Amino acid sequence: MKPGRAYAQAIRRVAAAFAMAALASMANAASAGEVPRRVVSMNLCTDQLAMLLAEDGQLHSVSHLATDPEASVLAVEARGYRVNHGLAEEVFLMRPDLVLAGAYTTRATVALLRRLGFRAEEFEPEASFDDVRANIRRMGALLGHQERAEAMVAALDRDLAEASAQPSRAASAALYSSNSYVSGSGTLADAALGASGLDNVADMLGIKGAGRVPLEALIMADPDLVVTSESDFARPALAQENFRHPAFRALSAHKMAVSVPDKLWICGAPFTVEAVRILRRAAAGQPIERGDAR
Amino acid sequence: MSEDARYRLVLAGLAMLVAVLFTLSLTVGPAAIAFSDSLAGLLSDDRGAIALIMREIRLPRAILGLMIGATLGLSGAVLQGYLRNPLAEPGLLGISASASLGAVLAIYIGLSAALPLGLPLAALSGAVLAVLVIQALAGIRGGTLTIILAGVAVSSFAGAMTSLALNLSPNPFAALEIVFWMLGSLTDRSMAHVWLSGPFMLVGWAMLGCLGRPLDMLTLGADAAQSMGVGMRRMQFLAVIGTAASVGAATAVAGAIGFVGLVVPHILRPLVGALPSRLLPASALGGAAMLLAADVLVRLVAPGKDLKLGVLTAIVGAPFFLWLVWKTRRTML
Repeated sequence: MKPGRAYAQAIRRVAAAFAMAALASMANAASAGEVPRRVVSMNLCTDQLAMLLAEDGQLHSVSHLATDPEASVLAVEARGYRVNHGLAEEVFLMRPDLVLAGAYTTRATVALLRRLGFRAEEFEPEASFDDVRANIRRMGALLGHQERAEAMVAALDRDLAEASAQPSRAASAALYSSNSYVSGSGTLADAALGASGLDNVADMLGIKGAGRVPLEALIMADPDLVVTSESDFARPALAQENFRHPAFRALSAHKMAVSVPDKLWICGAPFTVEAVRILRRAAAGQPIERGDAR
Repeated sequence: MSEDARYRLVLAGLAMLVAVLFTLSLTVGPAAIAFSDSLAGLLSDDRGAIALIMREIRLPRAILGLMIGATLGLSGAVLQGYLRNPLAEPGLLGISASASLGAVLAIYIGLSAALPLGLPLAALSGAVLAVLVIQALAGIRGGTLTIILAGVAVSSFAGAMTSLALNLSPNPFAALEIVFWMLGSLTDRSMAHVWLSGPFMLVGWAMLGCLGRPLDMLTLGADAAQSMGVGMRRMQFLAVIGTAASVGAATAVAGAIGFVGLVVPHILRPLVGALPSRLLPASALGGAAMLLAADVLVRLVAPGKDLKLGVLTAIVGAPFFLWLVWKTRRTML
């Protein structure tokens, strides 16, 4: 905790030096009813929702993760914004009238920014499509674009209905990722699986959230569809060895298998429907066109 | 009962124990498969789920448990005889940790993906380097204290470098794998690992196996052994390269597993007598039995938690080590 405290003190000194500036931004923050003009987002998920809903010039900065093509669907768009690293000092100097943050990752920073008089809104990570709808509506309300948000929710519902209308040959699926982790109920990936009409074998294996499953147990669970998530890191690690194990290869050779890019369900947003579509097509036994997910 | 008869009895008993534990290792696992089904699955021709699990997951795990255990037991016995030091063991001397470092560099830089033999060779180089450094630091007739101090230095340095290499990797999963390299595990290893490490371990065993007689003579002292025609250089070559090849290959696929090489020779020495030529085969079998037992327990004690092997071997090994230090201190004073 010591470095945190030292950091807080440093920030306080900065705060004193910029007292006038802070007062000015406090005046901005006080008028919460007004539409914010200078928004800074510090979380990958709020970054993407804000990019989708804000008008030109309203969103000032997004987090560095938003520009990472492995994690962010809107990586190209994100390059048009200033990048922040979720540090209080950095955000302070940008003098935003609204700070958007995740509910878990940058708690200390958010608390500090609030003490300095900034208006900060925290978003819970989405674990279901209801959460996605709620977060879209909330983001729309915060940015003063309720009608855009409503249109986006309507489009999401339409896309979801369309995606799940396709036929399915598979009944059950396993969401298998690095280090033999399997996603179960309470995750957005599980919600996407549910939306595509598939049962998650994680329920059978007694896994809530994400849990490690020995390869033996996965083979005995016998899913019709094996869903892996592709992530291309610059260097290998043992964590990805489970995909190369001969027993896993034999399993996925006998079953239907599909790879869904992680970025589609790290954050819940309209693009998460694309994951449902990929799953649905795989379950119907149709070939997957690469590049669809872009 | 004569010495010979007792020695044969001990060997036969150990071989039986290894056979039982090997079968147990094949039949214990997270997928609840009946005993008879599992053995049938191993031998049948079909490609069903049970056959797949038995052949591609449990068989390589059991084979690796047996071979790595034998490697650790054998190299522990050889190192104790060769360095004439009761505390010598690949784990304590930092040979396993250095082999880990070599393997980590090979895997996370991408060498092992580009060059299949890169992994065991890198681990072997790490192990050779560790043995040579320890010999240089402690001298060939180094006392207990200097060898252990050198071992502590080498293993903590290699451990720190392993952590550094994993922390610097751009792969977000790498840093979590420090535990695997420090404590060792056989979870979900495959036949590919057996083919990769097996030949190196066999070559290492052959080299260490040649050392039985020379080590017997070495018990009379280095000068006496030399006068009886033991080539010290050849012996050093066999001991260093044999240990490095077998321990390096074992560590490359299963991480550093400690204490097996320390505990097993000490337990067996009173049973087979003090002659190293008898202790070597017995220790190999004993090491295999100990590691197979640990690997079965890992699956029984905390299924689904992926408990590391080194945790169990240390629970047995560390108190034993303390007792040994206590005993050694008394005799040395």
